[in-house]
Amino acid sequence: MEYGVQSIGRRGVNFINRTGGLCILLGRFFVALKDVPRSMGLIFEQFYIIGVKSLPLIIIISIFVGAVTAWQAAYQFKFIGAPLRYLGHMVGKAVIMELSPVLSALVFAGRVGAGIAAEVGTMKVTEQIDALDSMGINPVRYLVMPRILACLVMVPILVLFSDFIAIMGGLVISVLGVDISTETFMSGFRDSFKLADFRNGLIKALVFGLIIGLVGCYEGFRTREGAVGVGRSTTNSVVISCVLILVFNFIFAIILFRL
Amino acid sequence: MHNNLIQIENLHKRFNDLPVLNGVNLSIGKGESIVVIGQSGCGKSVLLKHLIRLMEPDEGRVFFDGENIAEFMGDSLVSFRRRFGMLFQSAALFDSLTVAQNVGLGLKESRRFKDEQIDEIVIEKLEMVGLASSADKYPAELSGGMRKRVGLARAIANNPEVLLYDEPTTGLDPITADIINDLIVELNTRLKVTSVAVTHDMKSAFKIADRIVMLYEGRIEFDATPDAVRTTDNPVVKQFITGQARGPIQVR
Repeated sequence: MEYGVQSIGRRGVNFINRTGGLCILLGRFFVALKDVPRSMGLIFEQFYIIGVKSLPLIIIISIFVGAVTAWQAAYQFKFIGAPLRYLGHMVGKAVIMELSPVLSALVFAGRVGAGIAAEVGTMKVTEQIDALDSMGINPVRYLVMPRILACLVMVPILVLFSDFIAIMGGLVISVLGVDISTETFMSGFRDSFKLADFRNGLIKALVFGLIIGLVGCYEGFRTREGAVGVGRSTTNSVVISCVLILVFNFIFAIILFRL
Repeated sequence: MHNNLIQIENLHKRFNDLPVLNGVNLSIGKGESIVVIGQSGCGKSVLLKHLIRLMEPDEGRVFFDGENIAEFMGDSLVSFRRRFGMLFQSAALFDSLTVAQNVGLGLKESRRFKDEQIDEIVIEKLEMVGLASSADKYPAELSGGMRKRVGLARAIANNPEVLLYDEPTTGLDPITADIINDLIVELNTRLKVTSVAVTHDMKSAFKIADRIVMLYEGRIEFDATPDAVRTTDNPVVKQFITGQARGPIQVR
């Protein structure tokens, strides 16, 4: 009984510690933004590593997300007897408002968030972060700021790509598999398209990018105890990022898409 | 008589309720070469990290040049740290940078030097440690001894007043260890720096120290010249320097 209470208490303290630590790191990230001009080299390097190198993966998942959305929608339409001219409408809305931002962010958390946590965590346990400090180099400016900034900028850009490719994937499946014409699909999509939905999807992507970069760096900095610790930080960063992405997505659904 | 450059007063540090430093008092004079000896895990590296504020004490104070280092913030902390050079236990080289970039990183980020000046300094420091020909290699391509030497070159790149060595010879073969020891002695005399090394390698300690300090159970157990350490009757020091399993020191 006592063990159970202690365990709950320890988890509670851990949760508060982590939340506080994330807020402090976020504050230090904003302070470090003043050094953006002198850190352009480091920032563009991260844009490339984090953004450009994620593009192939985002393209592949987007094709299949669009394709399966179109297929499942057509199946449900057939089931309830809805006209197939709404397929473009359905795929467009689902992709732009939910599927592209959320699925891209989840995949990005697995690829980039884990990578950041593992890299920073390894630097922590091999004393490279101490070495930066000992040379008078602020690790938040040198490591954290370029990585979070790259996530902030690159997740919305990748979501833009993902929106386009997923809709194209949906279109191809609709034309080849469901047997409706390109014009029917596109007119359904055009009629339903609202710039506000598109903007809201990108706002979500921006926040998801911040979550992924921040959690990856924070878990990296918390790393202790060698290889086991790096493994734990990497797992934690993916799990925490994914949970936060889904929680914030729900909050956004309530705020941005009012019934 | 030395002027005290570093003064440690009543330093306490605990990890998960386990006391590691338990009231350390130590003065380090300008130009002195101090070696802190003690068992693995006794807190030597923790003590060293407190000197440059890589760790914050639970209790106690550290003064550098008469100033309490806990009061340094922002730019003053950066300028304070730039007066030090530190060689880490695992050398702590940045994997993604070449040897030359590792050595020049502190200079580049300080924005006080032009690129050409940095290149000159880097080559000069790498020549001092005998590794000028490896400037374009990556740390993964180097042996343990070479990595330590690059770490040394990086530590002295900024012409520091104080050099901190964390286990400089650990994990090296005896010959490479001796090369590092010679290098440390040479750098200390040539650059006229104050140096603090922590090690459990007694051969290294006797070679580089003006003064040997033994850390035991979180406190300074013994503080004397290398000759006095060799001839002491203190059972703790005697057991440690002769490497006996039996004696007052209990291995945890």
